[in-house]
Amino acid sequence: MRLSFRSAAMGVVLAALTSASVQMAHAADSPNPPADLKAFQKYFTDKFPKLKLKDFVNGPYSMDKGLYKQWKEKEEFPPYEFALAAGKEMFEKPFKNGKTFADCFPHKGIGIRQNYPYFDEKQGKVVTLELAVNQCLESNGEKPLSYTKDDMASVTAYMAFTSRGKPFDIKIPKDPRALAAYENGKRYFYTRRGQLNFSCATCHVQTPGNHIRAEILAPALGILNAMPIYRSAWGGMGTTSRRFTTCNSQVRAVPLTPQDDEYRDLEYYLSYVSNGLPISGPGARP
Amino acid sequence: MKNSLMRLPALVALSMLMAASATSVRAASSEDDYKAAYAAAEAANSEAGKLRNQWTTAVSALKDAKAAAAAGDFDKAVAESRKSETLSKAAIFQSNEQKDAWRKMEIR
Repeated sequence: MRLSFRSAAMGVVLAALTSASVQMAHAADSPNPPADLKAFQKYFTDKFPKLKLKDFVNGPYSMDKGLYKQWKEKEEFPPYEFALAAGKEMFEKPFKNGKTFADCFPHKGIGIRQNYPYFDEKQGKVVTLELAVNQCLESNGEKPLSYTKDDMASVTAYMAFTSRGKPFDIKIPKDPRALAAYENGKRYFYTRRGQLNFSCATCHVQTPGNHIRAEILAPALGILNAMPIYRSAWGGMGTTSRRFTTCNSQVRAVPLTPQDDEYRDLEYYLSYVSNGLPISGPGARP
Repeated sequence: MKNSLMRLPALVALSMLMAASATSVRAASSEDDYKAAYAAAEAANSEAGKLRNQWTTAVSALKDAKAAAAAGDFDKAVAESRKSETLSKAAIFQSNEQKDAWRKMEIR
């Protein structure tokens, strides 16, 4: 009798413990973007205690004194200047119907980069700035731009330039689809792929500041704040789409189509966890 | 000494067997061999594609297999097809393993 009482009591304790651990596991796995953001930013500020939070947007230039010096000199005659001028011209040039990009965006498209990407509840998907640019063109009877080439980089460079210094302010509305998109982006970021078995996090979380061949890896925190970028390695401008597709190729994974769900969701996740950091685009990278 | 002498015929027999098997490996592959190997590689690559994780090297090997077959080099075509299939199977394994494993890398 005593034994059965003991075993019953132990059973209750065990059940309570099991229930608690299940709840803890559940809590740990439940999507919690604000907690993710806090942990993400803490990870990087702990890893690089000498860096100010806002300096993470300068990528590898914040990780190496020599590179920082080169960058400061480069910024006197920035390599993205031509793209910026071309982008301004494209942005202001009327479409065939007389409208311009300004008619498609809030605040006439000026100083709004920090709010992209956003979750569009009508479309039920994440809308990036690049996608919004093409949706604007198509809705006005114009041909969409290539997501990876110069014209898209130029237009978004101009839009980013007008938003410089404004902190990323990405919102996740109370819509389960938005949370699902955020989670999908997070999953993509941490998933290993390609023959090299790398995830985005392998380079940009585990090893930022380290060399990979001649390059210094940028931290994931603030990595999109400088987009689009002029890359010396490319000898030209590149969009976020170009960056994602080339990252995939570099780990020997076949890139997805630019602006596929996974890429837009990835951009949503990465931008959200960089909330509060200033827009610094267009940027220049080695 | 006696032991090593006794081992000799066995070694010779083994060498002959190895040579015979090497000869059979070197036997020319036929177009049918290539077609079967290519179909298997293509199926694995397509499955990796459904998992959104094709490997560039698997795709290149498939192209090389096709080019070799077009040039009439079925040995190379079969070898490239098999290489491609092996790589795609590794990609499939990786995708399935990462379905849960990605969380291990997550910053919490």
